[in-house]
Amino acid sequence: MAAGVNLLPIPPEEMERSWKLPDPGTVGIIFFIIMESALFSLFVMAYLVYAGKSLTGPYPKDILEAPILGTICLWSSSFTVWMAERALEKGRMLGFKLWWLATIILGLEFLNATGLEWYRMIYHDHLTIATNLFGTTFYSLVGLHASHVCVGMFFLLIVFIVTLMGFPIQTQARRVKFLSWYWHFVDGIWVVVFTVVYVIGK
Amino acid sequence: MATSIDYPLPKPAPSPAEFSFSQALWKWVATVDAKRLGIMYTGTAFVFMLIGGCLAMVIRAQLMFPNSDVVGPDTYNRLFTMHGTTMIFFLAMPVISGLSNFLVPLMIGARDMVFPRLNAFGYWMFLCGGCLLYFSYIGGGGLGGAGSAPDAGWFAYAPLTELAYSRGPSSDYWALAIILGGFGSLATSINVIATCICARCPGMTLARMPMFVWTMLTTAWLIILAIPALTAAQFMLLLDRYLGANFFNTQNGGSAVLWQHFFWIFGHPEVYIVIFPAFATLSEVIPVFSRKPLFGKPAMVGAIVAIGFISLGVWAHHMFAVGLTPWSNTFFVASSMIIAVPTGVKIFNWTATMWGGKVRYSTAMLFCLAFLLQFLVAGLTGIMLAVAPFDWQLTDSYFVVAHFHYTLIGGTVFGVFAATYYWYPKAVGKMMSETLGKWHFWLMVIGFNLTFMPQHYLGIIGMPRRIYTYSPGRGWDLWNFWSSIGAYIQGIAVLLFVINIIKSGINGRPAGDDPWDAWTLEWSTTSPPPEYNFEKIPVVRSGRPLWDLKHPQDPDWKYE
Amino acid sequence: MAVPGSHANRIADTFNPVATPAHMEKGIAILTIAICGVIFVIVAGLIVYAFVHYRVKRDEREFEEPPQIYGSNQIELAWTVIPILIVFVLIGVSARVIRAIQAHQPAPHSDPVYATVVGHQWWWEVHYPNLGITTANEIHVPVSHDGRHATFFTLESADVDHSFWVPQLSGKTDVIPNRNNFVWMDPSKAGVYIGQCAEYCGTQHAHMGLRVVAQPLPEFRKWAAAEAKPAVEDPSVAKDKAVFDSLACINCHTVRGTIAQGTFGPDLTHLMSRQTLGAGVLSNTPQHLRDWVNDPQKYKVGCKMPDMHLDDQQLTEVVAYLETLK
Repeated sequence: MAAGVNLLPIPPEEMERSWKLPDPGTVGIIFFIIMESALFSLFVMAYLVYAGKSLTGPYPKDILEAPILGTICLWSSSFTVWMAERALEKGRMLGFKLWWLATIILGLEFLNATGLEWYRMIYHDHLTIATNLFGTTFYSLVGLHASHVCVGMFFLLIVFIVTLMGFPIQTQARRVKFLSWYWHFVDGIWVVVFTVVYVIGK
Repeated sequence: MATSIDYPLPKPAPSPAEFSFSQALWKWVATVDAKRLGIMYTGTAFVFMLIGGCLAMVIRAQLMFPNSDVVGPDTYNRLFTMHGTTMIFFLAMPVISGLSNFLVPLMIGARDMVFPRLNAFGYWMFLCGGCLLYFSYIGGGGLGGAGSAPDAGWFAYAPLTELAYSRGPSSDYWALAIILGGFGSLATSINVIATCICARCPGMTLARMPMFVWTMLTTAWLIILAIPALTAAQFMLLLDRYLGANFFNTQNGGSAVLWQHFFWIFGHPEVYIVIFPAFATLSEVIPVFSRKPLFGKPAMVGAIVAIGFISLGVWAHHMFAVGLTPWSNTFFVASSMIIAVPTGVKIFNWTATMWGGKVRYSTAMLFCLAFLLQFLVAGLTGIMLAVAPFDWQLTDSYFVVAHFHYTLIGGTVFGVFAATYYWYPKAVGKMMSETLGKWHFWLMVIGFNLTFMPQHYLGIIGMPRRIYTYSPGRGWDLWNFWSSIGAYIQGIAVLLFVINIIKSGINGRPAGDDPWDAWTLEWSTTSPPPEYNFEKIPVVRSGRPLWDLKHPQDPDWKYE
Repeated sequence: MAVPGSHANRIADTFNPVATPAHMEKGIAILTIAICGVIFVIVAGLIVYAFVHYRVKRDEREFEEPPQIYGSNQIELAWTVIPILIVFVLIGVSARVIRAIQAHQPAPHSDPVYATVVGHQWWWEVHYPNLGITTANEIHVPVSHDGRHATFFTLESADVDHSFWVPQLSGKTDVIPNRNNFVWMDPSKAGVYIGQCAEYCGTQHAHMGLRVVAQPLPEFRKWAAAEAKPAVEDPSVAKDKAVFDSLACINCHTVRGTIAQGTFGPDLTHLMSRQTLGAGVLSNTPQHLRDWVNDPQKYKVGCKMPDMHLDDQQLTEVVAYLETLK
């Protein structure tokens, strides 16, 4: 009985051979990203609900400046990570390392821009998360995104360091691909955050 | 047991090598096997069910008579908060993980879940969450003062959870424990989805997946969308509490209503999430004990997916009384009503499955019958609650308490009992006692209905929920008394269930591979199944592979 | 102790309505229950019939399987469409009643009464802005005929969520901080109607009672006129009043016309016109008043009024003064 099912009247061998299913990792990362999107969407909703509802200043129109340079860096890092991934697929290790490094630098520049922006707002404009609803929603939404950039950056750095140390990263091309998807996701979320915070919210 | 099919006894299971206790323990603690994790999830869930049940017993003792002082108001508020939180997040949610981990890979002919280590991680996070929740009774305020257990209700309406009204760590315990517990559900969900998409055995097309698997797949989809919403809301709450943010701080412009929206955006999919394992179980048990295939399976799949989508758009029917505009109230009346249609389709299809069949009265089947009738009551009181003007009278009264216990006990818990009687032989290799099972069933049915039927009436004559005591002379005394008696009968029934599980595990009759003469793949392997599930990956040609095998002259695939 | 207060209608039966909103809610409730009842009888009947009639009989051969039926599209269609039709009826009726209750405005020249109810942990503050009255836990409203003299409430909260519910008059409306909600009622019969907070609001949620006293219009006017006056100055208790004014009572309570101007607790200007103490915990008798002032925590654990540790002498004096606040 244990092996009974294989005694089916017509065991179509060809079906077994042609039975192709998607890669679990791909499905897993896609649903991970859907899950993350659900998490973000509530913070975005909170931002939109509270836009313009602050009882006291400072208000967004007074102190908010769109971080154009950081944004350009982050979005172009999507391109560089894609180039790195392609280089890895084709086995061009030097290309991979250079594009990967470019991604890291662009990502760090974005984090730097965010850091400076926060420094200015906290110490110069005296806006903290506790000040008013704008502070609450701004720091939590932008902070949630920045924390995702940090996580991505952590893994980017790990990949870069182990590659420099001589680890054969091409054996892990699939995982590198998933990391680059995550990075694209983080960039994509920034489109939403940027629109909500710096365009609509202002 | 009604079925007396003389099935060949299985080969004796290969005798396990002699293990010392610590080795055996290690085998469980370090396991990444979905079946073991499934049993661990379910077992842990049952432990939490007993704890949560004990809390309910104290609650009913307090409410049995008017003006009673078994416990004080603070203790009482902690009791119902912990009872609700435990039953939803640490019974219903892990049971989903338990059933899907054990059964989904077996039913689709896979060797394991596709992310076994993620699976183990999820379980241990969930267990940490449960322990953290109950640590609140010891930590914080200390054992003598009943600790600082959460006391803001299981939906923890802000601003009652904000620092101004909830000093001490009780609301932190609540938020953190549930965030941790959520990891278990999320890990299982990603696993179920990826396993269903990527690890089906040859021939197991999506259309041929058993209804159980389809239901669990929809559940996983809902969990992926709903749990992060709750997690986000709880992050905001913790930001408020620790960094002084103002999300729900009404003194600085925050909105109390926003918390309600956020909670119920999670909370309403959640109530479907927790009823789905029962739906899944019925869709397997009823056909097998009626000896007929599930009636209208495509419609059943359509219905479950429809419920999965519509349930994302009905949340504000929990909020009819908060003063939304007439238009939004009407919208949520409509969506909540519409969802009754696919739910009705499911009940009709189960009934039609029995129609013209040969119904065998096993304990599992009896629980399914009770489910159908009780869930019918729950569904109809649900329609009453969806009629907003009627809901203005009923919401937050004992009518609501009765309604959701009819779905969650009369529905989910009865479904889980049916699942246990049905799959216990597969998991343990021994049959559960049918005599004890029948006792358990009848006491449960009587106790349950005696507890919650009177509560409908209590709500109609004006008893609000969550009051720790009441004055005599308001017409509530008698109904509360019988309600408490019913609760104790349920308590005895659940004890019988526990005894049955333990006793049958020790000296139950050997089950054999396929004690129920069933049709899905899990019954084709040994009981309990080996770690690799199947010696050889099966190949299937229809939704009922074992029917094909047993009836080669009239197989299912001819009709597909 | 039984339900405090003497002639209150003790059973707050939602199916015994005395005001239009509750009447409409009862009407739609009966319709819904009737429809659901019919559905229950039919479907439960089918389930039980299938379960009993198609059971395995003793003399039947066990191994013969019944005919395998996989489904039927016509039947599926039927039991999808029929519920949809039923549901649409209920949606339509609900929409109408929702508008009728929520969007109701006072008719011109109907001489409505306006009141503001503020939920506190765990009592109700009641204002009549046009009448200059502030009271607590007991709402007086005129009996209403043909839509005249209906009462329109604005609901506010001072702290957490509460819910305003007087079952015989109107369904629940939540009382939410930072938000104004509205509810109206037009009691058609004089009487005292019991209600209470219906949204969990902390420790003493169970003891946040509310009563609505519906009176014929002349009586209501008389009550309002008396209530609008400042506190009675009774020279015989001047010494007791001085004691009261010297204690911390005045930090939380107001007695209009005196130095007591606290707003944290209920207004005591006409305390003795109320039927209960502590939002319905005790009936308002001299002995209860003394017990309550002596140690409120004994009757309402966790309530915001502390035990003031008054000695016997002070207690007697304070109660003597309070008893004059008619």
